[in-house]
Amino acid sequence: MRSFRLLLAGAAALALSTQAIAQKDIVIGLQCDRTGPTQTVGVFLCPGYHDYIALVNSKGGVGGAKIRALEIDHEYKVPAAVESYERHKKEGAVLISLYGTPQTQALTQRLTEDKIAGTSPGFGSAAAANGDRFPYIFPIAASYWSQAAGAVQFVKDRLGGNLKGKKIAYLYFDNPAGREPLPVLEALVKEEGFEMRTFAVPSPGVEMGAQVIDIAQRFKPDFVIAHLFGRSPSVSIKELKRVGYPLSKVVSFVWGASEADIIAAGGWATAEGYYGIQFAGVGSNYPVLKEITEMYTKQGKPAPKEMASTVFYNRGVLIAAIHVEAIRNAVVAKGSTNITPQDVKLGFEKIKGFTLGGLVPPLEINNVDHEGGGWVQIFQAKGGKWVKSTEWFKAYPTLLKRMLAHGG
Amino acid sequence: MFHRESGYYKTSYAADMALYPLPVARWTVAAIALAMCIAPFVLHEYYVSIINLILVATVGALGLNILVGYTGQISIGHAAFMSVGAYTAANLAVRLDLPFWLTLPAGGLMAAAIGAIVGIPSLRIKGLYLAIATLAGQLIIEWTINHVPWISGGAQASIEVPRPTLFGTQLKTQFQLYWFLLFFAVLAIVGTLNLVRSRIGRAFIAIRDQDIAAEIIGINIFRYKLIAFAISSFYAGVTGVLYTYYLGIANYEQFQIVTSIDYLAMIIIGGLGSVLGSILGAIFVTLLPIVIRLGMENWGTLLFSAADINNLIPNLRLILFGGLIILFLVLEPEGLNRLWRNIRSYFRVWPFSY
Repeated sequence: MRSFRLLLAGAAALALSTQAIAQKDIVIGLQCDRTGPTQTVGVFLCPGYHDYIALVNSKGGVGGAKIRALEIDHEYKVPAAVESYERHKKEGAVLISLYGTPQTQALTQRLTEDKIAGTSPGFGSAAAANGDRFPYIFPIAASYWSQAAGAVQFVKDRLGGNLKGKKIAYLYFDNPAGREPLPVLEALVKEEGFEMRTFAVPSPGVEMGAQVIDIAQRFKPDFVIAHLFGRSPSVSIKELKRVGYPLSKVVSFVWGASEADIIAAGGWATAEGYYGIQFAGVGSNYPVLKEITEMYTKQGKPAPKEMASTVFYNRGVLIAAIHVEAIRNAVVAKGSTNITPQDVKLGFEKIKGFTLGGLVPPLEINNVDHEGGGWVQIFQAKGGKWVKSTEWFKAYPTLLKRMLAHGG
Repeated sequence: MFHRESGYYKTSYAADMALYPLPVARWTVAAIALAMCIAPFVLHEYYVSIINLILVATVGALGLNILVGYTGQISIGHAAFMSVGAYTAANLAVRLDLPFWLTLPAGGLMAAAIGAIVGIPSLRIKGLYLAIATLAGQLIIEWTINHVPWISGGAQASIEVPRPTLFGTQLKTQFQLYWFLLFFAVLAIVGTLNLVRSRIGRAFIAIRDQDIAAEIIGINIFRYKLIAFAISSFYAGVTGVLYTYYLGIANYEQFQIVTSIDYLAMIIIGGLGSVLGSILGAIFVTLLPIVIRLGMENWGTLLFSAADINNLIPNLRLILFGGLIILFLVLEPEGLNRLWRNIRSYFRVWPFSY
């Protein structure tokens, strides 16, 4: 009986203490997928997110308040994502870090009704960059439209600055996300005068022998733009290599350009020359990553093994950093840490000139442009790691602006 | 549980066939109904949202149970029929500006029509072969929605739908949507309870138990199998419409094969061929991840570090979920419903069990 009473007292104390912390903390709702179809991303991205938040907290938080990122894994399922959103709202989250395209779609209306900002870096729809139409959705990273424009710009530079009469193959996953860049690519065909042929890979995307032979031996393009997900980027690398198409003429969208894809394709030697588009800096040569390593060293722990997968880990850091920056803007504007979701929404729209030592592109988010400009950087697989081959750039901004105004 | 069953004499056929033959059952139903009416007023919005998800899942699980549990035909294309309902309703709501009380039955009927077509092979093939045929149905429907912009509304394959309007007010909050969803969930439950004890329901059960014998006693197997597919798909279509209005968007990516498997898991865990089982299964599958997470958040820190817990929760959920399905299949193949009946019959004679 006595031990029971002790337990009860302990539980009460615990409940009280967590409540006391909850009143002071700034809460972020973090959706993750560590077990669903995109788990290869989540297991690196989410630890990156938490590490950056821990770094901010170890320096005293924002305006004296600690930040608490409440992670909920929704396994890439929509009902679970709805439940996690309501839970985050109950905990008083000032912003939601959405994860997954269907989940972003499903929560868009709810976020707008509740006036809570949600970020959708690398997924959701490109049209959400238009802040007039989607006031509470922030892509904060290059959408598939910006990536498509970036890819074409890159190809143009590689092929000597003129695309007239050139041939480009677009190899894509046959789902809405895979088809989303098509309007931009078609507009660019008209503008630049190149020939484009599309090659769809049906889900689950592990079988593309026919498409690749078609590309390499029949169409014989000057460049291949690939937009694949999950296991299929590695399959595309393997297959293109097998039929002898040079990988230095392949550029992949952001979800086919990680260390994991290269390793799954058979290692760096196989993938030598392959290009990948990035919306966050790649590699470990950034001051913020060194600070995270130092933070772990101070605690007497080795740096987490997730840091080795720099593409996804750095994306997690980027997302967390932009969130913290928005919160910081909100705290500064309000003069207290008692901020509302609406304050954070306005905080996002003030982000400018925040680059985190090159890991984050020079974003400029405002009330019309929630994408921040659509910056990309291109890396090449070379000698066992990703090597930077361009600086941050944004391509065809006037064309994209025109398309966004028309809502796609 | 704690009541006497003797002393109630049935003097007419109607009394014998009543849904609730004992007064205590009527009282139980009344108590549950009262609790459901009070619940949204006293519970936090978050818990109301969980109940809302359960209500939608219940409708879908009931539909699948009519086909799999009562008629004995396997289907792993259930989620595709939901997407048929969702896109039908979304297109009608956006293009023709129709209200929900027209789009909802329209979505259900369209799904029923497609479901009946997909069900045609069930006349010749059974078991695993039928499972593959319905899987083909799932993939064909997905492909069609994905590739026909006239249905999907463009490259994103998602259609934003205005929330349902009732008597001039738009149902937006979880509280308002609760009543909307509760109404249709109750309708589905009552409908299924009555369906399975009707002529059609008895025909379904006869087909499940032995289809050749059923044919010999004069049941038109072709007709009843297709009716089973149509009714089941109607429920699925309605589920899709409810999701569309609940989320404010129709998007086929949430109705992929994983969702079909989830619904199969619901009725297997809940109990094949039982209405209560469908409800219990929907509750169980929706709540399990939430309960595991709450438990780990509160007590997990005693054993693991915070970083490990974030990694552990989702994986533990998968392990427990898989383990429980195996456990149910081995120990209690008839699911939660049978478990509940066992408990009830134990207490029926307790403490004088001999």
